[in-house]
Amino acid sequence: MNGIGDSPPRPDGMAKVSGAARYADDIALPGEWFGATLRSPHAHARIRSLRWHPERAPAGTVCVTVADLPGPNGVQLLDDSWPILADGVVRHVAEPVALVAAPTRLAARQALAAFEVDYEPLAPVLTMEEAEAFPPLYELGMESGDFEAALAASHTVIVGEARTGYQEHIYIECQGMTAWIDEATGTVHALGSMQCPYYVHKALVHAFDLPDERVRVRASAVGGGFGGKEDFPSALAIHAALLARASDRPVKMIYDRHEDIVGTSKRHPAVIRTWTGVDAEGRLLALDIEIRMDGGAYATLSPVVLSRAILHSFGPYRCGAVRIRGKVLRTHTAPNSAFRGFGAPQVQLAMERQMDRIGRALGLDPYEIRSRNVVEPGDKLPTGQVLDASTSARLCLEEAERRTGFRARWRELEAARAQAKDGELQRGIGLALYFHGAGFTGNGERRMRSPVTARLLDDGRIEIATAMTDMGQGCAAIFPQMAAAAAGVGAEDLVFAEPDTAEVPDSGPTVASRTTMIVGGVLVRAVEQIRDRVLAVATAGESFRDAARRLRAAGPVEVTCYHEPLEHQTFDESTYRGAAYPTYAWGADVAEVEVDPDTLAVRPLRVTAVCEVGRAIHPTLCAGQIEGGTLQAVGWALLEEIKLQDGRYLNDRLATYIIPTIRDSPRIDVHLLERGWEGGPFGAKGVGELPMDGGAPAILQAIENATGLVPAEVPATPERLLALALTPSPAPSPPWSHLS
Amino acid sequence: MSTDFAVNGRAVTVDGHPMERLLDVLRGTLELTGTKEGCGEGECGACTVLLDGEPVLSCLVPLFQCAGRKVETVEEIAAGPHRDLLERFVAAGGVQCGACTPGIVVTACALLDENPSPDRDEARRALAGNLCRCTGYEGILRALCGEPAR
Repeated sequence: MNGIGDSPPRPDGMAKVSGAARYADDIALPGEWFGATLRSPHAHARIRSLRWHPERAPAGTVCVTVADLPGPNGVQLLDDSWPILADGVVRHVAEPVALVAAPTRLAARQALAAFEVDYEPLAPVLTMEEAEAFPPLYELGMESGDFEAALAASHTVIVGEARTGYQEHIYIECQGMTAWIDEATGTVHALGSMQCPYYVHKALVHAFDLPDERVRVRASAVGGGFGGKEDFPSALAIHAALLARASDRPVKMIYDRHEDIVGTSKRHPAVIRTWTGVDAEGRLLALDIEIRMDGGAYATLSPVVLSRAILHSFGPYRCGAVRIRGKVLRTHTAPNSAFRGFGAPQVQLAMERQMDRIGRALGLDPYEIRSRNVVEPGDKLPTGQVLDASTSARLCLEEAERRTGFRARWRELEAARAQAKDGELQRGIGLALYFHGAGFTGNGERRMRSPVTARLLDDGRIEIATAMTDMGQGCAAIFPQMAAAAAGVGAEDLVFAEPDTAEVPDSGPTVASRTTMIVGGVLVRAVEQIRDRVLAVATAGESFRDAARRLRAAGPVEVTCYHEPLEHQTFDESTYRGAAYPTYAWGADVAEVEVDPDTLAVRPLRVTAVCEVGRAIHPTLCAGQIEGGTLQAVGWALLEEIKLQDGRYLNDRLATYIIPTIRDSPRIDVHLLERGWEGGPFGAKGVGELPMDGGAPAILQAIENATGLVPAEVPATPERLLALALTPSPAPSPPWSHLS
Repeated sequence: MSTDFAVNGRAVTVDGHPMERLLDVLRGTLELTGTKEGCGEGECGACTVLLDGEPVLSCLVPLFQCAGRKVETVEEIAAGPHRDLLERFVAAGGVQCGACTPGIVVTACALLDENPSPDRDEARRALAGNLCRCTGYEGILRALCGEPAR
């Protein structure tokens, strides 16, 4: 019997450790060919002509250009403004221009040389500074309280800026998809690595102008996602299906690492300026935040990334008057899109650095300035949302202090810095407080409804059908665990249906930390209804399985339930008033670093992460999310960087885009706090993205503690820290809107 | 050109270009898809196999170098004497998405053959060439160093 709070072995575990699990490139369909993509070498250019010379390509090769599209030239996401293939103009380096398929991988690559493209280069916009002069992809803002009056009443006004760079997902399995077209019915099939089978489904329906039932999408084993397989697989599935249609064969498209880095989305680079008025005790009175994100050439998911950024930009703090504006700027670079945290890590880095500036200005340590401002149950966020009883920011702060002795150590190292001898390694400790809203922003869950189906199989087991994919986070373990607990049966009585749009309802995408909390909640209700029907017919002493088999023999037993938002969760999308998220998970990180004073290389030694997650259904998997997310945050803070030259990524391979190895990694010490949340299944909140929010600001504060430098940009590479050491602090700029 | 070598205890003769990557021979010709490609340039370790008992990156090994030698892949190693390690990987949270896992399992088993009870520093040195993006390496270290699952 696997109860809630136990950590049974994940059901896919042994297949994964023994190499038996089948990922996109491990599945070979009879007669399959291989696809390849012709990509733009320019950041911005007009395509004067595109010619295909079949005599230069391996025999039998087929090609697809924009002229061959059967429907609209757009990948359907929020809208369809992202082209399937460039039509007349390329807007970023590596933009897909044409496709080929051939009998072998090598032949497909060789065939790309049979295209002749005449480009007329156009002036590109490559930086956010240049992009300010052009219309943004999207802009959004919110206000609450009387900002001017609150600012006028402030004792001290602090301004600051933070900058964050690209982050590439580096899921270890690159993008991969196979598509084919059923000869008899014309049904388009796609099978591959994805987070969101119904996004792929919707995109294929749109691109091929087909009815829903003529498209079928299945997920293979997924070798990591982190947001990188939220939108991109939709484009890849269309590409593979276009080639399948042209060649009358299954066509597989597997990106190699270089192609995956140059051709797919990244975390949005961002610049955030913050202008804060505080009273004499350091309490926040007025908060003005301006957010700029680099959206790249097409909007993809940027509008919702910006929305989430705005709703996390004030951090887990009380403030009566806020004014927040954000823009996603358009540049001639590949679209930036979903990455774990979805805009929240950038803005919380900025807010945490701002809290540190305020603390330093008023002589308050990082713990104290946070403690004076932290939200409590019953407080209102700037949206007007009244925080529920599970609001745990202070609890996390206090627990982090209790476990690490942060305050004493911080003061000790501040003092030690003054006495540091030349060449001696410098230690630093840093603290960050953070929160993350789980589930879709605003009314997204109300609209999605997230149907989940539970049904009895002939043998009396309960099958649970959702559209969620297990990309490593473990829903294939947790869903049966929750269902078994809800039905009062063993996990062996449950079957987790493989994600297949012909078999499972559209319970939404596997994103936004929504799987356990939202879809899991619907699943529990569906299983409870099945349980009640079985128990109603069960005779004394009969096992659940026997009763279920008997009931099933009399006819189909199937229940579909839908997400029912809590009554209080209403949100006005025009004013940004209301409950933007059903609840929040909370965290406090303490990072310890060692800095080499000669090279300014930073070595992270330990990160203690205290996270309040409502209830950990499976503590090992829950802590695993926090361990892995914390290391991604450490990588973003210190190592991971993409530089651009003429719109081309210079760090476009794993030899130059550096993620933490096991030797670069700190000890990560996770402490789960579980207060339970009335709206979640068994009290659970969403947790997947939470750990991405705290690591970077904790590391930067620790560097400050060690060196006296005040970094507010990630990654804090030795080069950046050296530049900071050599430059006298420039006067911080006020927010953009106050420049005139 | 044909190359004779042993894969997982079985003699094989592979017809292929001498510079063909061992990774492609294993995954394609021999249909041993447990070995994964993560980068194709020797940075990530997902394609690690044993060549005469030593961990190597099969994306960097050309076929001709295998002539007369012994290759062991994750399929064979997982069926070997280290089953308890595999179970510990699952129990300790050492596996999430699983794409890096076969390479890590191969490297870890080779370490255990030499050092049955490595400490964290020894494990970190042995696994320096294997990237994992999911676990933060904590679950892997718990499994390999015999620490409590959590």
